[in-house]
Amino acid sequence: MNFLVTLINGLSLGGIYAMIALGYTMVYGIAKMLNFAHGDVLMVGGYVMFVFLAINAHPLLALLVAVIFCTLFGIGIEYVAYRPLRGASPLAVLITAIGVSYLLQSLAQIIFGSETRYVTVAELGLVKIGSLSLSVATLVTLGVCLAVMLVLHLFVRYSRIGRAMVAVSEDRGAASLMGISVNFIISLTFAIGFALAALASFFYLMKTPIITPTLGSMPGIKAFTAAVIGGIGSIPGAMLGGLLLGLVECFSNAVPALAPYTDAIEFALLIVILLGKPTGFLGKIRREKV
Amino acid sequence: MMSFFQKYKLKHYVNYAVIALFTLIFTILSLSGALHSSTQYLLEAMGISMILAVSLNLVVGLLGELSLGHAGFMCLGAYLGGKVASLLAPSLGESSPLTLLLSLAVGGVVAALAGLLIGLPALRLKGDYLAVVTLAFGEIVRVLFKNSGESFGGAQGLATPRFDRQTLFLWIFLSLLVCLFFLQNLMRSKHGRAITAIRDNEIAARASGVSVVKYKLLAFMLSSFFAGVAGVLFSFSQFNVRFDHFDYNYSIEILVMIVLGGLGSINGSLVAASLITFLNVKLADVLTGNLAILQDLVYALILILVIIYSNAPALKNFRERFNLRRLWGKIRKPKKADASVQRDDANDWAEIPTKIPMNEILSTDLSPVDSSVKARGDAPADREEDRHD
Repeated sequence: MNFLVTLINGLSLGGIYAMIALGYTMVYGIAKMLNFAHGDVLMVGGYVMFVFLAINAHPLLALLVAVIFCTLFGIGIEYVAYRPLRGASPLAVLITAIGVSYLLQSLAQIIFGSETRYVTVAELGLVKIGSLSLSVATLVTLGVCLAVMLVLHLFVRYSRIGRAMVAVSEDRGAASLMGISVNFIISLTFAIGFALAALASFFYLMKTPIITPTLGSMPGIKAFTAAVIGGIGSIPGAMLGGLLLGLVECFSNAVPALAPYTDAIEFALLIVILLGKPTGFLGKIRREKV
Repeated sequence: MMSFFQKYKLKHYVNYAVIALFTLIFTILSLSGALHSSTQYLLEAMGISMILAVSLNLVVGLLGELSLGHAGFMCLGAYLGGKVASLLAPSLGESSPLTLLLSLAVGGVVAALAGLLIGLPALRLKGDYLAVVTLAFGEIVRVLFKNSGESFGGAQGLATPRFDRQTLFLWIFLSLLVCLFFLQNLMRSKHGRAITAIRDNEIAARASGVSVVKYKLLAFMLSSFFAGVAGVLFSFSQFNVRFDHFDYNYSIEILVMIVLGGLGSINGSLVAASLITFLNVKLADVLTGNLAILQDLVYALILILVIIYSNAPALKNFRERFNLRRLWGKIRKPKKADASVQRDDANDWAEIPTKIPMNEILSTDLSPVDSSVKARGDAPADREEDRHD
């Protein structure tokens, strides 16, 4: 019985990681950059919801505002910080992303202070299924995550804009010759990624209702790890990696002897998987040509 | 003796001289008691950052592999070196150089072994995948020391012996000089050339007979060895080693130093490391109280603006017009700059020992080249004739 509860908890945590990882992986696949500031969007979304809940707004309204804010924010950051560096060396872009991450954390610290804030986004109670008692929040998280992933998968696979995204990720030059506006697609990718991170932030706070300016960094790294395990650039890969990482984390936390080493186990898992499959589970293997 | 100076140009020694001079001045100041303890701390921090930056540059700038776990190697060195020091201190004395040297050796060697361990996946993984492995390694090391229990101080951190403050920075700068001497000579040897050849084109390097396995592992081991050394020095400088200092933000700070200093440039990373450390320590000093939270903001803004300014493709023309080196050249030598470069070239050519008289080669009439170009220009016409047949 305990096993089933841990399994469902793991899947729901994995769903949160997967949602953040989707943003990572889409931005990597399409803009060819590691957006290290991605985890911090989780924090930004969290503070937006914190402000709106403080004035007694409905949680769903707060979520909606956070998603819209983060979407616009993503477009803005891309425009100001990343677009000038299009075509520069990947390392320069990476460092800029790190700079943006520091900037967001320090702005949050200036505006809200470095103290821990508690926020209750929603209290949903427990539900009994047979002899299992599960928190409704976990089930909702799991359901929404799976739905979001499905919608995103269908969007990228079948819609015109989604196909354009795939085209840009495969060959930016050729895509722009086919009449696709590369700048628009990259902005859109950032917008979708940041919106997903804001959504993930809602469920993350439902699970652990604590906000600090550095809230995003650990889930950010974990989601990055998840994206790499699944094969960075691959959307189903990010889902797979996220769910796997969530399961490992919950099962490791459930064993008292392993619990302090959970993070180490997750990262060791990453190294082992990469040694076996150097581009992750579903990553594309690019043959090097002379 | 003459050949020695011809082979090793004076400019290769300037950075040693500058650092040695600074060390000497500050040693005199320190021994005469004129040095404030905060300045001493600043010097220690700068020296450690420089060792870290130069050693990371070996992997990122010269080997061309992105590493996000440099603080992990430093953490290993700091904990193990600190442990050795605290074991030896009762018998050898807290400020004995022998304690320091032994712990430096242990910390460096253990970090180098870890570097070997991380170098192995580097043989199989490329680019960002390797970067995430190094990041994961750094986090694993941190978690392990966090849960290490009594032997390494656990969550409290490990207390290290109190080394004599007045001479510690001297040891740090000596280590920096050793590190520089080692790396700069390595880079000018055939081994260093092999490492940069792997960076420029791994396939071509392999085809030319460079052992990629050997040199990748060598670069990772050396780099982590010096990171471990820096860690040991850090543990002496802090009196207390805590795992949470070595998070991935710290690795990234070192990376920022070498990117701002110019990838692959050892002097660049020395300058950038000392400037950034100076900025960090001074910002922490100046911005006290309510202003303290501005420190990260200022740091982040400087970082973003500098990177955009020095890398944005749209600003290329602007950068070239206001290039420091060009401006300096204009001030120093208004017009003769080009002529002097040419004369140096001719001297260098003349000095190459060869049995062919250089003057004859240099005065050879090059006109046949033109006719060959013409002949090549005719080639397509020939091919067309072939097709007609």
